[in-house]
Amino acid sequence: MDSESLLLSLELASGSGQGLSPDRRASLLTSLTLVKRDYRYDRVLFWGRILGIVADYYIAQGLSADQLAPRKTLYSLNCMEWSLLPPATEEMMTQTSVVKGRFMGDPSHEYEHTEMQKVNDGEKVFDEEVVVQIKEESRLVSIIDQIDKAVAVIPRGALYKTPFGPIHVNRTFEGLSLSEAKKLSSYFHFREPIELKNKTLLEKADMDPSLDFLDSLEYDIPKGSWSMQMERGNTLVVLRSLLWPGLTFFHAPHTKNCGYIYVGTGEKNIDLPFML
Amino acid sequence: MVEIAVQNAKAYLLKTSSKSGLNLYDHLSNILTKILDERPENAVDTIENISQDVKKAHFSKKLDTLQNENEMLPTYEIAEKQKALFLQGNLEGGDQELEDEIAESSLPNVMESAFYFEQAGVGLGTDETYRIFLALKQLTDTHPIQRCRFWGKILGLEMNYIVAEVEFREGEDEEEEDDEEAIEERDNGDSEADGDDDELPRSFYKAPQAVPKEESRTGANKYTYFVCNEPGRPWAKLPSVTPAQIVIARKIKKFFTGRLDNPIISYPPFPGTESNYLRAQIARISAATHVSPLGFYQFGEEEEEEEEEEEEEIDGGRESFEENPDFEGIQVIDLVESLSNWVHHVQYILPQGRCNWFNPIQKSEEEEEDEEKEEKGEEAEYIEQEVGPPLLTPLSEDIEIQNIPPWTTRLSSSLIPQYAIAVLRSNLWPGAYAFSNGKKFENFYIGWGHKYSPDNYTPPVPPPVYQEYPSGPEITEMDDPNVEEEQAFRAAQEAATVLPVEENETEEEEEEEEDDDDYE
Repeated sequence: MDSESLLLSLELASGSGQGLSPDRRASLLTSLTLVKRDYRYDRVLFWGRILGIVADYYIAQGLSADQLAPRKTLYSLNCMEWSLLPPATEEMMTQTSVVKGRFMGDPSHEYEHTEMQKVNDGEKVFDEEVVVQIKEESRLVSIIDQIDKAVAVIPRGALYKTPFGPIHVNRTFEGLSLSEAKKLSSYFHFREPIELKNKTLLEKADMDPSLDFLDSLEYDIPKGSWSMQMERGNTLVVLRSLLWPGLTFFHAPHTKNCGYIYVGTGEKNIDLPFML
Repeated sequence: MVEIAVQNAKAYLLKTSSKSGLNLYDHLSNILTKILDERPENAVDTIENISQDVKKAHFSKKLDTLQNENEMLPTYEIAEKQKALFLQGNLEGGDQELEDEIAESSLPNVMESAFYFEQAGVGLGTDETYRIFLALKQLTDTHPIQRCRFWGKILGLEMNYIVAEVEFREGEDEEEEDDEEAIEERDNGDSEADGDDDELPRSFYKAPQAVPKEESRTGANKYTYFVCNEPGRPWAKLPSVTPAQIVIARKIKKFFTGRLDNPIISYPPFPGTESNYLRAQIARISAATHVSPLGFYQFGEEEEEEEEEEEEEIDGGRESFEENPDFEGIQVIDLVESLSNWVHHVQYILPQGRCNWFNPIQKSEEEEEDEEKEEKGEEAEYIEQEVGPPLLTPLSEDIEIQNIPPWTTRLSSSLIPQYAIAVLRSNLWPGAYAFSNGKKFENFYIGWGHKYSPDNYTPPVPPPVYQEYPSGPEITEMDDPNVEEEQAFRAAQEAATVLPVEENETEEEEEEEEDDDDYE
């Protein structure tokens, strides 16, 4: 959710029950303004909160003028002092994928993971147990990246692609109509498109290249990984991800209020196929 | 010359478009009029949009006899329903009534708890909370309710559930019971029908004896729960929970849909619909996460003196407690630092699915004396009584989930610790919270209604397949005998049977002859 409309956005997303306490809200409003100035971001998004056992991580993201350019991610434990996180790499992803369980809330915490490695000692090959230390900070980076790639959502038309390539916020976006808002196809993944180039020419024929340049949620796997609800008597659409429980996207039809927030434990729901 | 050029240019601008019937001259003048009227900032940046708006204005909807406004109908419908909530106070007039109502009110102060939970960073928005507050008022006005509490909200796929926990006034809660008897009868009918088919192999499976459900006002059925999908919609009463439902609910993990009559399709099969599953989950969540500061509740005194010894032997704990009038409050900082200052005030549910242990053997002895003799071997088996932690056990005795502490405590604000409150978050049931400011406390749940587990969910394996036929010589495969074996067998058979057979044969022959004579 945009840091400038934080209060309204929090109110709209409150149906999932995870808000912010008044002191957190106030400190975010102050500190995110400073973050925007200091890091020279075009827009600052309040991304959400990862619940740890000892403390919670508050996450914000900075966007440059090109909305799809790689985002900068910052975290804070007290909502005032923000630290920049390194970008996620493939190596980090594979390394941290073995960690399971809850976050601790201490970025320097180290998870221990024992791994079997083959060691060549002369001619013999031994299986040796190697203890790998994984820092919570790198796990945090990779989880945020995974959530962003899997479930960050933007309504169709909120962004547009300029003929030269960069993607900008659509100033004239006035919200989806009620009938469009009830369809999953009107919502896009807020990340570089992956599935788009696999579409057939026939499917591409009806697309508006300046608006339909992202993947829609319609064909997400597994099917049914989104729960869509109309709240407040049809004046608010709420999408909740079942794959990453805790992610709430909201959009009020006919207004440009939209955004997403993640408040959860930072764990993927791998039991989803059993639960539907 | 210049004049002619200007006129040519104007004539060009005035040329009517063959498609839209507009001309550029009028359009530009409309844009300029609009800009000068509205005076937007940085008009040059938004000129395209202004132009678009001006064009759009031509297509604005004119009133037509065919209007398609259906899609807004549900909005009005819920607004109309909620209007009733706001009007309910006005219908009853009179100061006397108002005073009575205030004195007798069983309505909880939802807004106050919501304020504290907001300090903790949890809770629904003020607006939604207030609507729920009104809906609870409607509930307490229309039912004979002694005590009412906003339990929480359970998220569903299509709709959510708002859950209210109520306690009826004495002797005013007997209604149902009929449904379940009907179900049992139906079960009996089925088994008889199966019995008629003699040819098919019968199932040897004997269902373990059903554990009876707990009486209302005791154990897992201590409170009654009402749910509704949205404030203003009708409240539905949830059926009371049976031990079987709790046992199965522990083994499955399904999302709620928001429709109470939705069937639960799962393995192991769940006995009931979503309303039963919801009720079972509510019972489990309450038992695990409803906590209060130490000393807020105490055991009733009479019970303590008279029945302490007996009760403890039979049930493994006392079930009732009352508010401690001498409770003086606990320092908030102590509540944050030590979990032993918090206690569970809802009974632990045993693996059996009941809070008070039920001995399945006793009953079978009384009822089925005939069978007892046949199955002495089984009867001799002693079933160990399941014992859980007694009521009002401190949280510090809760079991860890694979090195993860079951609770996280926190002070609501580190900036102004003087007025902060203690916040408790359950790690076992994500979404369960409790707060206390030393004197007051409240519990709240908002989430999907599932227990946390660091490992994947694994459905239980199906039981081993039963044998279709008892294994015997008719159906077991054997090696065919070879020729030598056959001959040896025959020789042995002959040697053994020759003498007696001969004797018999002669007798038989004689008899036969005699018979023959008769016929002739």
